[in-house]
Amino acid sequence: MKPILMLAVSTVALAMGAGAAYADCGIEAGSVRILSNDFAALRAINAAAQECASGTVTVTANATAEHKNLQVPALSINPAEYSVAVVANNSIVPLLNDDLIRPLDDLIAQYGQALLPSQLVKIDGKTMAIAFMGNGQHLFYRKDILEKAGVEPPKSYDDILAAAQKIKDAGLMEHPLGASVKPGWDLAAEFVNHYLGTGAEFFAPGSAELAIDNDQGRKALEVMRAMTAYMDPDYLTFDANELAKEYEAGNIALMVEWGSLGGSILDADGAAEGVAENTVLTAAPTIAGGTIPAAALWWDGFTIAKNISDQDAAASFQAMIHGISPQMMKANEQTATWLIEGYQPGPAAVGVVANANGGARPYPMQPYMGLLHTALSAELAEFIAGSEDAEQALADVKAAYDTAARDAGFLK
Amino acid sequence: MPNKTFFAFILPSLIAMVLFIALPIVSVVVQSLYVAHERVMVEVENCQPFGGCTKELRVDTAATTQLQREQPLGRFNGLGTYFNRAHLATNELGAILSSERGFGEKVALIFNLPFYKALIFTLVYCFVVTPLAMVLGFAIALAVNALPKVTKGPIIFFSLLPMIITPLVGSLILYWMLSPNGILGATIQHIFNDPTLSLRASPPLTWIALLVYGVWTNAPFSFVVFYAGLQTVPGDTLESAMIDGASRWERIRYVIIPHLAPLATFVALVQLMDNFRVFEPIVGFSADANATSLSWLIYNDLSGDAQQFGSAGATSVLTIIGVVILLLPVLIRTWREFKHKAV
Repeated sequence: MKPILMLAVSTVALAMGAGAAYADCGIEAGSVRILSNDFAALRAINAAAQECASGTVTVTANATAEHKNLQVPALSINPAEYSVAVVANNSIVPLLNDDLIRPLDDLIAQYGQALLPSQLVKIDGKTMAIAFMGNGQHLFYRKDILEKAGVEPPKSYDDILAAAQKIKDAGLMEHPLGASVKPGWDLAAEFVNHYLGTGAEFFAPGSAELAIDNDQGRKALEVMRAMTAYMDPDYLTFDANELAKEYEAGNIALMVEWGSLGGSILDADGAAEGVAENTVLTAAPTIAGGTIPAAALWWDGFTIAKNISDQDAAASFQAMIHGISPQMMKANEQTATWLIEGYQPGPAAVGVVANANGGARPYPMQPYMGLLHTALSAELAEFIAGSEDAEQALADVKAAYDTAARDAGFLK
Repeated sequence: MPNKTFFAFILPSLIAMVLFIALPIVSVVVQSLYVAHERVMVEVENCQPFGGCTKELRVDTAATTQLQREQPLGRFNGLGTYFNRAHLATNELGAILSSERGFGEKVALIFNLPFYKALIFTLVYCFVVTPLAMVLGFAIALAVNALPKVTKGPIIFFSLLPMIITPLVGSLILYWMLSPNGILGATIQHIFNDPTLSLRASPPLTWIALLVYGVWTNAPFSFVVFYAGLQTVPGDTLESAMIDGASRWERIRYVIIPHLAPLATFVALVQLMDNFRVFEPIVGFSADANATSLSWLIYNDLSGDAQQFGSAGATSVLTIIGVVILLLPVLIRTWREFKHKAV
C-alpha cells in the first residue's frame, strides 16, 4: 500500500498534556515523544506512558504501521523528532547501523531496577533496548477436524502434510492448510522461519557472505512449496491478517500464524461457529527431522534516541518504564506474551511460550539481515507461485542480495 | 505578446517547475551515481531475550560516521548501479545471450532478471491499455454525444467515475469483485464451471485482470477529451456529408476522426506517459508474484527493512529515459508539424 495512504489511515494518537489520569512517574520535567508500530499491546503501553503527562511533562505518541520508514529520518535530525522508538529484532538494526540510539545502562541503574535481566538487549555489553513482549508464528489447528480425520496433533511439517492429505481424502476440507506466503515481507518471513528451524546459519561466520544455498535452504523451500498444494489457490494474496480471516471463516484446519493474533482468534467474535472453541495453539512444527520449532522468535522493546537532551532522555525512560509497568501488564494480560515480571501466560500466549521453550531461534539481528529479507521478499515470489525451481530461486536470492549488499557497503 | 511580458507571465510557474520538478530530478540523478560507504564491521557480543548471547558482526558506527562526514553522499559508483543485476544487468545479459541455450530458455532467463521482468509488463500495459482505452473512450464519447440533452449530465458523471476514484481504491474494488467470493469471480467460476478457477492464481489471468483495470480507469480521460473535441466538429461539414449520402459510420470515419486526430495524438501522449508509471493496480491486486513494473521496483527498494536509495534513484532515472524514448516519435511529429506551420 502507498506509504502516504498507510500514514493517513493509521491511527495518530496525540495527547498533548491530556491529563485524564495523572500518575506519579517521578518525572520533574521533559518532553516524551513516542514512535511505535500500531497494534493493541503497543497502544496499551503508549496510553500508560501518557499517564505521566503533567504541567511540566508532555507525552505524545504516534502509533503507525509506517514506523519503520519514519524512524531513521526522524531520529537522524537533532533534536530528534521522537525521543522513544519502539522496535523489534529487525527494526532496531537500522537504528544501530546509523548510531541513532543511546546506551541505557545509566538510566537503568537510576530508574530501572524493576526490570528483569532477560529484558535487556545488549550489544557489545551496552544495553540498547528494553524488551517487553515476545511474539512469533506458531501452529493453530482445529481439533474437531483433526479428530474427524483421525490424525494425531502434528509435531512436524511432515505430520502436517500427512494430516492435510487425510483431511482432504476424508472430504472434510478441500484446502486444509494455511500460511502467510504473500510475496513481500510475509513470504520472506516464512522462509526465515523454515530455514531457522533447520538449524543452519544465514551467513558465513564473521562475514556478510550469504550461505543459504545449501541442502537446508532447498529443504525449507521444498516444504514451503509442498504446503501450497493444500492451500487455497489464492494463497499468493494471503498475508497474515487475511489468513486469520480465512481461518476464522472456518476454511482452514491448520495454519502457521502470528501469536499476537491468538487473542482475537480465540474470542468467538467474527468467527464461524465451532472455530474458536476448537482452536488449539501450539508450538510451530519442526522441519527436516529437526528438534526445534521452525519459527523465529521476536521481541518488541523500546529504545531512546541519541539526539535529544539528557533531561528528555531521562523523562522518556521513566515514562516508558511506567508504560511497561506490571500494572499495565495486569490490565492487558491477554493482549500479548509479556516479558514483564509477574506475567502468567494466558491461553492466547501458549503458542509463543511453547516456541520459546522448544528452543526456537530468534530472528537474526545482523546489520545486513534487512537486505536479505528484501531480497527474499521479491525473489521467492516466482518460486512460491510455482513458476521457478528451488535451485533458480536460491541463485536469484543470492544474486539480488549480493548486489544490494555491495551497494550498501557490506560486501566488497 | 512581447517576450518580456510573456516571461514575466510564466515566471512564477517557471520557478515552481524548477523547484519542484527540475531540482528533485537532478538530486535523483546525483543520488543514483553514489552507493553507501563500505561499512566498518566489528565482532561483538550480543545478548537478547531469546537465544542468549552470541558473537555477531555489528557496524562500527564511529568509524563509519567518520567516513560519512568526509563524503556525505557516499562512495562514487559512476554508472555502476545502472549496469548491476538489479537494473540493466549487462553482465548477466551477456552471459545468458552467449550461453548454449534454446531461444525460449534464454528469454525465460532474461525475464527472470528483476528489471526486465518489470519492463516487459510495463511495456505490455502501456501498449495494450493505451489504444484500447482510447477506443473505448471514443466510443463512449460518440454514444454520449448522441444522447438527448436531459440524460447527458448524469451519464457523463457516471462515465467519469473510474477516473474520480483513487487508483488504489479503484483497483481494490475490482480486486475484491474478482475474488472467488466476489460477484465477478463467482460469475466467472460459474460460467467456466470450474470452482478452483481464480484470477489471482495464474500469471496470464492476473495480467488480463490488470489490463482490464487499466482500460477501465483510463477510458474516462480519453472520453472527456474526445467529447470536448466532438463539440467542435463543424456542423456544415457533417450536414454536407449527410446530403452526399454518407452513413453514420462514414461520417465518423471521414469527418470526425480526421478532425479529432490531433487530439488523439495529445491523448496518446499523456496516456502513454501515465501508463508507463503503472503502480497502484499491482499493489491493489497483490500481483507482485506475477507482474511487477518499474515504479513497483522503486517502491520495493524504498519500502523494505533496508532502504536502497541509490538503486531506487537509478530505476527512477531509467524510468524517465523510458518515458522520453516512448514519447520521442510523437514529439518529433509535433515538432515537425509546428515547424511546418511556422513556415
